[in-house]
Amino acid sequence: MANKKTNIPFSGTAEQETALRAAIGELKGEKGSLIAILQRAQEIYGYLPIEVQTIISDETGIPLEEIYGVATFYAQFSLNPKGQYQISCCLGTACYVKGAGDFFDKISDELGIGSGECTPDGKFSLEACRCIGACGLAPVLTVNEDVYGRLTQDEVNQILAKY
Amino acid sequence: MSDKMINLKINNNDVSVPEGTTILEAARSVGIEIPTLCYLKEINEIGACRICVVEVKGQRSLVAACVFPVGEGMEIQTASPLVLKSRKLTLELILSTHKRECLSCVRSGNCELQRLCNEFKVDDESYYDGFNNEYEVDDSAVHMQRDNNKCILCRRCVAACCAWQSVSVIGTNDRGFDTHIGCAFEKDLSEVACVSCGQCIVVCPTGAIHEKDQTDEVWEALADPSKHVIVQTSPSTRVTLGECFGMPVGTNVQGKMVAALRRLGFDGVYDTDFAADLTIMEEAHEFVERVKTGGTLPMITSCSPGWVKFCEHQYPDFIPNLSTCKSPQQMFGAIAKSWYAEKKGIDPKDVYVVGAMPCTAKKFEVGRDAAETWTQVDVDVALTTRELGRMIQRAGILFTELPDEDFDNPFEESTGAAVIFGATGGVMEAALRTAVEVIAGDELPSVDFTEVRGTQGIKEATYSVGELTVNVCVASGLANARQVLDSVRSGEKQYHFIEIMGCPGGCINGGGQPVQPAAVRNFVDLKKVRAASLYEADKGMAVRKSHESPLMKLIYDEFLGEPGSPKAHELLHTHYKKRSRH
Repeated sequence: MANKKTNIPFSGTAEQETALRAAIGELKGEKGSLIAILQRAQEIYGYLPIEVQTIISDETGIPLEEIYGVATFYAQFSLNPKGQYQISCCLGTACYVKGAGDFFDKISDELGIGSGECTPDGKFSLEACRCIGACGLAPVLTVNEDVYGRLTQDEVNQILAKY
Repeated sequence: MSDKMINLKINNNDVSVPEGTTILEAARSVGIEIPTLCYLKEINEIGACRICVVEVKGQRSLVAACVFPVGEGMEIQTASPLVLKSRKLTLELILSTHKRECLSCVRSGNCELQRLCNEFKVDDESYYDGFNNEYEVDDSAVHMQRDNNKCILCRRCVAACCAWQSVSVIGTNDRGFDTHIGCAFEKDLSEVACVSCGQCIVVCPTGAIHEKDQTDEVWEALADPSKHVIVQTSPSTRVTLGECFGMPVGTNVQGKMVAALRRLGFDGVYDTDFAADLTIMEEAHEFVERVKTGGTLPMITSCSPGWVKFCEHQYPDFIPNLSTCKSPQQMFGAIAKSWYAEKKGIDPKDVYVVGAMPCTAKKFEVGRDAAETWTQVDVDVALTTRELGRMIQRAGILFTELPDEDFDNPFEESTGAAVIFGATGGVMEAALRTAVEVIAGDELPSVDFTEVRGTQGIKEATYSVGELTVNVCVASGLANARQVLDSVRSGEKQYHFIEIMGCPGGCINGGGQPVQPAAVRNFVDLKKVRAASLYEADKGMAVRKSHESPLMKLIYDEFLGEPGSPKAHELLHTHYKKRSRH
């Protein structure tokens, strides 16, 4: 397994850390509060890097591996920050049969990142999502609020070039 | 367990067991073994693997016998066609993602999955071929390797690491088909606070986790005519090595072990017990010094390298409490490469010391910075009991047919105090036998300190040593150690002397000991049976107190001077360092 430590340098601020410690202080007494703490941490930082999970471990006494196990179990938690431009590539049934899998791989190769990851410059993040309700436009992807449908392989570079 | 008895039928036989018994235990009580893979009594009762399923009349589907309690009038079938079909299918699915390397796998012949596949006639044809995750082998740690391609996700290793040891550096990461056992952020084992105890190894049903095999290094040394290769065997190895050759748990095979080592070609076959006596001389002296001079108390034993590493990672504030004494293994090496080499007229550089140890953390210990005599390592290779068993097998030595032989001189004399080092409470008892007599000058009416014996995780006692009243505590298993240290840190408990062994029950249940399948572990208390054999050996020894050993008198007169002398400090003591908590 590749080391999953994110390639984006951590840039948490003192304010964020204060907010995180306050949230942990408020929640840690309750049984089963880890998920709530992780949700708050993700609200504060946008993602859950090792620096944030280590603070949670030190403050709660919950082993770091246990926290990481929970963070990687639930799809709602991310180990990587979101990019300035968030690409969501639909891999729902309709898009998939229209070749969205190859399409996703092409973007992934082009940006050098996998699903759930962010480019080192923080510009793009990539995610495979399920049906976004635009099956008529399959295969479809979104970049932030922009929707691109009926895509062909060679359009990938054109779309990325716009940002 | 309640007094109320429950009556039921298992395979049409009447069975009566106490309320609260599981179907698995009820069946075992009438001689029926229901197969299991994930179940490990008390620490991993998760009913996840579905191998133990049985048919219960009236139940909608098959139930997991390992967690399903018996009920009045229950009718159970443990080997009906439906049950057998289900188990076989489950095994086929497990095997479909398993790296099949069964010919050369370290666990071949002792693998729980292999045994079940054989019993259920599951061949390794590719019924369910398809995409498989491929995992890199993690061989970063000095003591072990993890190959997730052989992992069946039973989670027994995780339970051992978390519940017994509270080390908690491994767990389940990701979900669904990607689920795998790993460390936080997929770090390698060498990058996390793993203490090298090896409890994950002894509970693994397959070859996914095993010690780093160093037998080749030893074969090479044995074949090198320029080296004087000697072996030292730990107190507990003599009561477990027989298990590698199918002998009953707890059989004391000291004589055969010595004979086998001689046949392997070692130039000297020695007993670590001698160094255990030396440890007691130094440690008892250190304790008295601390009491007299107002040194840091409680003093905590330092024989167990897994415990020492745990302390450095998790409780660095207790480092001043750790005895500075090296472990018996390291003391033996230091003496072998000084006094012994001098006596034998051999250049210390040519002395090659092999340890036969119950422990995987000993592999870490030999590489500790401080474990050095001048520029030499004290011990060259620490083998586990399992590796020693493998060497004996490979050499074609018919272990069970060997005569009983004695250890070589000059280290053949040892005491009952030393042999009990292998069980929880043993180091404390050995230290007390010496401390009370030497310090207080009182002749002991009885050498048995029974309060510190037994397999409980935490034991406490109070003894009079001369004018002192000494509160002692004994803990084994690092979760218990954690509990004791927390109570000392908070001021709730005040002790003078604490013995901690990293593995539950002490070295007899160490991470380097022969692997017993869960089918045995769940029904036989290995700790208890193996320890009983050590206490039996102690009873039969002519000398039972370390300070009465003629060899101790000789080595201090001839070489070391007094316990705690500068020479003793140079060779037999060490230091520790703070390590990261995560």
